[in-house]
This record gives sequence, structure tokens and C-alpha cells, in this order.
Amino acid sequence: MSSVEIRAENITKVFGRRLIFKDIDFSCKTNGIYGISGPNGSGKSTFLKIITGIISPTRGKVSHTFDGKEIDSDDLHNYIGYVAPYVVLYDEFSAVENIHFFSKIRGINFTQEKLDVLFQHFGLFDRKNDLVKGYSSGMKQRLKFIFALIHSPKILFFDEPTSNLDNSGKEKVYQTVKEESQNNIVIIASNEDSDLALCSTVLELQDYKKLITEN
Amino acid sequence: MSSYALFKKDLASELRTRYAINSLVMFIVVTISVILFSIGNEKISDFLSGGLFWVVIFFSAMSGLSRAFVSEEERGTTLTLQLIASPTTIFSGKLLFNLILVFAMNIVVALLYSALFDAFVIKNLSLFLYAFILGNIGIAIASTLIASIIAKASSKGTLYPVLSFPILLPLMLTLIDLTKQSMDTTTFSSSYIELAILGCYDVVMIAASYMLFDFIWKD
Repeated sequence: MSSVEIRAENITKVFGRRLIFKDIDFSCKTNGIYGISGPNGSGKSTFLKIITGIISPTRGKVSHTFDGKEIDSDDLHNYIGYVAPYVVLYDEFSAVENIHFFSKIRGINFTQEKLDVLFQHFGLFDRKNDLVKGYSSGMKQRLKFIFALIHSPKILFFDEPTSNLDNSGKEKVYQTVKEESQNNIVIIASNEDSDLALCSTVLELQDYKKLITEN
Repeated sequence: MSSYALFKKDLASELRTRYAINSLVMFIVVTISVILFSIGNEKISDFLSGGLFWVVIFFSAMSGLSRAFVSEEERGTTLTLQLIASPTTIFSGKLLFNLILVFAMNIVVALLYSALFDAFVIKNLSLFLYAFILGNIGIAIASTLIASIIAKASSKGTLYPVLSFPILLPLMLTLIDLTKQSMDTTTFSSSYIELAILGCYDVVMIAASYMLFDFIWKD
């Protein structure tokens, strides 16, 4: 079976003079659910962005491999699904239009059946042709899961996955996380105990906030 | 193909939000009207009208072309784009959109200008067309790259023309010179050097853009 691996070595991030975290070693070698935890401002989202290759670390190296071969940074986006409060979809398009545009830009094909299943699963089927502008924050969060899953990515990054969701929405998310973790790597960054309870290992970012000693 | 899909997304978005088109149309109408009012009954020289033509185009481009990246940044969709496509795809899609916008905008300006200004008479049309096409390509490439740089800045509105001016200056000076020559029955062969400058400018800008965009796009 094909497998994806993420390896992050000695990751340090500094914004200006402020140390976010220092010398983090993190790796995901097998399918499963991995957690990243820490208080507000501890750098969970920054760390996620670094391991997805969206931003660069100040020091350290991140590598992604598929079947033992390094994934080209230009192709990495097709291996990744990402859900976060700061991922914004286009308000002027309907939910279906958003997904269609994203898929065409990615250059991937999907069946209408798969799209319908996802819309059904996340409870948006009846509103799929409405403009995203008219969606509530919880509905937008549900749509982000469809956006993250439609191209069947091998690595899923969920930053605060249950934010803005009601109880039924949370249940859907937990069900999705468990299903996806059978065949893919799922990384959750959260403070919610119920989110982190799903994870086999949890990286506590607070442990990597050592003060910079000035020479 | 992915770049074309991004272009289609931008076009559909523009047709719904009228983010750039409205400001471009208003700017063109207002600028040409101001020039017409300020001239009044005075006769202006042919060459001055040629220079003013490119002034209108420069400032119109400054009012609308930054939208390619600024609108994504303002709406917070930059990260979404980073998650679905490579930097090369993003730049190609945005460039294609700006190319279409620049050509559409400048064709409208040229038609309006020749209808309203008696002094703007092109005698060597093929020379003007070559200059117009190469110039538009240069404006689109340079303004797309600069738009990607200024999108993350806090004072986008003022920074865009300030940063664009030195980069577009060699292009604008050459275009004004070529327009003057095309109004002066200059033969095509005697303008080869200026046309070569335009061609080189376009090649240098496109090469520099694709080399630099990776660094601009990723933090």
C-alpha cells in the first residue's frame, strides 16, 4: 500500500524578536491521528503552516515523501487537505461553484456522486447551490471539510476542526477523522480535549518555548 | 490548464463583484474628461496628445490592475489559493487575467482617445499596433508582479503607483517615443531598436517574474 511520510527536523520559528517555538522534531510515518496542542498564541497554526510548506521555518527542515520519494513542493498541495478558521472560501460563489473551481484549478476530477455524498454527509446538500455569502459560520466550517476532502488527499490538517460547529457537526467531524485516519495521516491542532482525545500522540508546543539567550 | 481554470475563476468573480472593471471604467472616463476640459478650445500638438495617451493608460492601469492579488488578500483567500495550486499556476492565471484586462482597457482608451482628440492621428498603424501589443504585454507582466508584492503591504493604494513608476518608466518612455514615430510617418525599419527594447523588456520581466514569484508568494 502506498504511504506518505512527514518529517520535520529542528523546526524553529521566530517572528521579529519573538520566539514561537524552538527545535521541534516531529514525524508522521504511519496512518493515524496526530495531535498538536498548546495555549492560544503558542504557534499551533504557525507550526501547521510550516509542515504544510505554506510558510518557511526560521531554522530546520520539513520533508514529505510518498512511496519513499520526496514530493515536489509544486505538487504538495494535491496531497494535502486543510481545514482552519482562517481558510476563506469565495463568498460570491455558491458552495458547488467553489468546489468546482478549486477542483479545476487543482486539475483533478471527481464524480458528482462523491460530491453529493460529501454534501449529504456534512448536511449541506439542500443549500449547496446557495451563495457562500449567505452561509452561517458553522455552515462555512462544514463546507471547508468538503473543500479539504474532495481531492482525496493523503494528509489532512485540521486546525481547530470543531470551531463554530454544533454537536451534530462535531459528530460528523469526529466520524470523518476516524474514517480518514484508516488510510491517511490526520493531524489535528486544537485545545479541545474532545478533539485531542482522538489522537494517538500529542505534540505539546508549550514544551518548545525556551527563551532565546542573548550572546 | 490549471492557470486557465484560475483565470476563469477570476473572470467569474470579477463579473459578479465588479471589483476592477468599475474602477477602471470610471478612471478612464474621468481622466479623458479632465484632459478634454483642461484643453478646452486650445490646439495641442500631435506629440503631446500621444504622450497624454500613455499617461491615461499608466494611471488607469494603476487604478485597476493591482486587484489581481489585492482582492485575494483583502478577502483572506490568499491561503486558499496557496492550498490548491503551485506558485507558477497562480502567477500564470493572474497574468492571463491582467493581460485580458489590459488589452480590453487599452483598446477602449485608444478608441475613445482617437474619437475625442483630433490631434491623435496615427499615420503608421502597423508600427503603432506592434508598440501597443508589446507595451500592453509589458504593462500586464510588470503590474501583476508588483501587485503580488504590494498585496501584503498596509498602504497598498499609494505603494502601487510609487513602486510601478520606476519599473514601468523605461517601457513608457519607449512607448511614447514609438507613438510619436507612428504619428510622424516614420518607416517601420527605422524603429527596430525601440521595438527590440520593448521585446527585451517583456522577456526580462516575464523571466524575472517567474523567478521571483515563488519567494514573494511564500511568506
